[in-house]
Amino acid sequence: MKVLMFGWEFPPHISGGLGTACYGLVKGMNHHNQEVIFVVPKLWGDEEPLADFVNASAVTIDYREKRFKKFWKNLTYLEVSSFLVPYLGPEQFKKFTDYAIHDRTDVDESIFSNKFEFSGKYGKNLMEEVSRYALVAAQIARDKNNFDIIHAHDWLAFPAGIAAKEISGKPLVVHVHATEYDRSGETVNQPVYDIERAGMHAADHIVAVSQLTKNIIIRKYGIPASKVTVLHNAVLDASIIKSEYEKKVPEKIVTFLGRITFQKGPEYFVEAAKIVIDRDPNVRFVMAGNGDLLNRMIDRVAELRMATKFHFTGFLKGDDVDHMYAISDVYVMPSVSEPFGIAPLEAVRHNTPVIISKQSGVAEVLRNAIKVDFWDVDSMADAIFALLHYEGISKMFKELGSEELKKLKWEHVAAKLVTVYEKTLAERS
Amino acid sequence: MRTICFYFQVHQPFRLKPYRFFDIGEDHHYWDDYLNRNVIRKVAQKCYLPMNSLLLELIQKYNGKFKVAFSLSGTFLDQMEAYAPEVLESFQKLVATGHVELLNETYTHALAALKSKEEFTSLVKKHQDRIKELFNGYTPKVFRNTELIYSDQIGAMVAELGYEAVLTEGAKHILGWKSPNYVYSNAIEPKLKVLLKNFLLSDDIAFRFSNKTWADYPLTTDKFINWINAIPKEEQVVNLFMDYETFGEHQWAETGIFEFMRYLPEAVLNHSSFTFSTPSEVAAAVPAVSKIHVPVPISWADEERDLTAWLGNDLQDEAFDRLYEMEKSVKQIDDPEIQRDWGYLQTSDHFYYMCTKFFSDGSVHEYFSPYDTPYDAFINYMNVLSDFMLRVKQKTEEMKP
Repeated sequence: MKVLMFGWEFPPHISGGLGTACYGLVKGMNHHNQEVIFVVPKLWGDEEPLADFVNASAVTIDYREKRFKKFWKNLTYLEVSSFLVPYLGPEQFKKFTDYAIHDRTDVDESIFSNKFEFSGKYGKNLMEEVSRYALVAAQIARDKNNFDIIHAHDWLAFPAGIAAKEISGKPLVVHVHATEYDRSGETVNQPVYDIERAGMHAADHIVAVSQLTKNIIIRKYGIPASKVTVLHNAVLDASIIKSEYEKKVPEKIVTFLGRITFQKGPEYFVEAAKIVIDRDPNVRFVMAGNGDLLNRMIDRVAELRMATKFHFTGFLKGDDVDHMYAISDVYVMPSVSEPFGIAPLEAVRHNTPVIISKQSGVAEVLRNAIKVDFWDVDSMADAIFALLHYEGISKMFKELGSEELKKLKWEHVAAKLVTVYEKTLAERS
Repeated sequence: MRTICFYFQVHQPFRLKPYRFFDIGEDHHYWDDYLNRNVIRKVAQKCYLPMNSLLLELIQKYNGKFKVAFSLSGTFLDQMEAYAPEVLESFQKLVATGHVELLNETYTHALAALKSKEEFTSLVKKHQDRIKELFNGYTPKVFRNTELIYSDQIGAMVAELGYEAVLTEGAKHILGWKSPNYVYSNAIEPKLKVLLKNFLLSDDIAFRFSNKTWADYPLTTDKFINWINAIPKEEQVVNLFMDYETFGEHQWAETGIFEFMRYLPEAVLNHSSFTFSTPSEVAAAVPAVSKIHVPVPISWADEERDLTAWLGNDLQDEAFDRLYEMEKSVKQIDDPEIQRDWGYLQTSDHFYYMCTKFFSDGSVHEYFSPYDTPYDAFINYMNVLSDFMLRVKQKTEEMKP
């Protein structure tokens, strides 16, 4: 089988979880000797040669092709100043907004030429790039006629998937890693939602990263359940990380690591911390990350008078992330809405017991973790206290958690994906 | 007698280095030596050295008729000794003329007066000792508290320590219809004289001097003489209190601030009935007209002239309370490094950086802060404080028999 896959980013040049998941999936497909043509807006040249990569920036559009007229039109009717930033880490967001504020030039005219250099980022011209990407996809679909099925990852690539399907007539699978409802709560960004919905409806089949996401797809996007298959993410490396980092403080450490935004539920972590600290002074809480709620969290911690026991590290990168996991005694992910959430699995690799919210997709695959409702701060505090004090349960979680992790392999995901492809193709013919 | 009393505040804090959560329990050096040294070196070139040399010249030229007072904070003295010994030398030269008065304050420019009498007293004594040591046995007679923070209670503590006078802000809300150009006395201990800053004339020099949108720009010595001559005859003292960094640092040399000061003594002495005096001379020569009531502490900062630049928001209160919670334990520990850090952590600037009054005087705060936001300042300070708490706890346990 040969798959024409549309992504938005690919390691090592990634800024979100999407690139990592695509990498894992392609690697898994490789394991089963499935051929993948992987298209990204911008190719850097240092990607691992796992697929037949196509650099969308290097594709020349054939002006004479009449069938492309519609995609040109989409590009012309773009909202020019849309300010859409999905999936951005706070650091990138700051960089991006700084950039956008200082550089408010309007549409880059070259987007209408026959060749266009994509930024491949999540910038101010994101909507334009998404539409342009569709045009490129149409060209690729016309030129390469040797693939069996099309696979598009998340809304950024959905228009590309739709265009490729229209030109080639091959079936389309869309892969939902996150929905607009996860990113924005109930106040969805309408243009993004519209693209998501169009992609899901145009698709022959949909892959969702969790049952949680599948439910959203059914309820909010009006898709029949039979059209959606859940394929949980996996981990690239399930080995336990032995770290040389040592804890320098005598107290136990409870950690929140992620973006400090509405979606991640940081305020519930703060409230639970207060309950624990009141009962047990020998604990330190750490909130690692950055985001629009950071200052509000700092204010709240000061107001609760626990700032010598509750620490903020700011945005962590590289080694510091490992360091943080390594010295943590408990990891908490109180997400309000998390399509999957790979971070707790990282914690498990560092032998750190985890508490996750029931509102996260990862809760569906990680059995050996304490699961609480994100809003139930009393239960969260109880769980933290238990994992800190009752050696038995934390030991069990450490052992069983790492066993569980070993079962989460991308090759298993890929095998299931191939079945999805086969079923989709069979239904077609 | 009609007189002008110049007092310059010279202070530099020990700024904290970026101190991360991962450093807690391991790294016990908190100070940004590089930044602190750079600031001292920079300000020395722009302000301390040229202004000291100008003042020395003027004092010699007018043979003692021109005089000024300084308060040199202990954290400034320590940094000057370490990073700019030539500046220290130039201050020593000034004091040796006999026409430069030194004031006492808390050693580390702390807010201890608001929290602990014991700690306040100990920091004042420490500053006294340090001045004695560096300035040939000099003993200050007049006190000025951090940021001119003053209340009746603080005044009473100062009187108890034996000072003749204390300096504070001529805040509108405590003066009402009264003029700052008189000597007042403390409401609890009348023997302590209270000198009030004339904030209009002080700020004309310190803040408005180079402001081109100010109606009176540019400020010339002639204008200034006209203004002081217009002061009613019975008002005797004009207290011009300001940060020393006004000269060359807040007001750059290019603004003409040095030239203004160069010609001011001549203009005052020749074209007005005013003389120059130091605070202790004013206190000795001018009787108090009445008591001044300050039930709630005032300061010289911001439009409000209150404590909200340092205390009052949750960040500041949390940091301040956690710090002073340790006072008793720290006092038991005989360890020079713990004692030094304890002092430096009390410096008011750390709390100033956490101020969130963005909309009124935020721009001034930002100018003085090494942090991007008050939140960054808070996090960094609390990380350091957490480590310091661990050290204190450890030392306390070691001392147990």
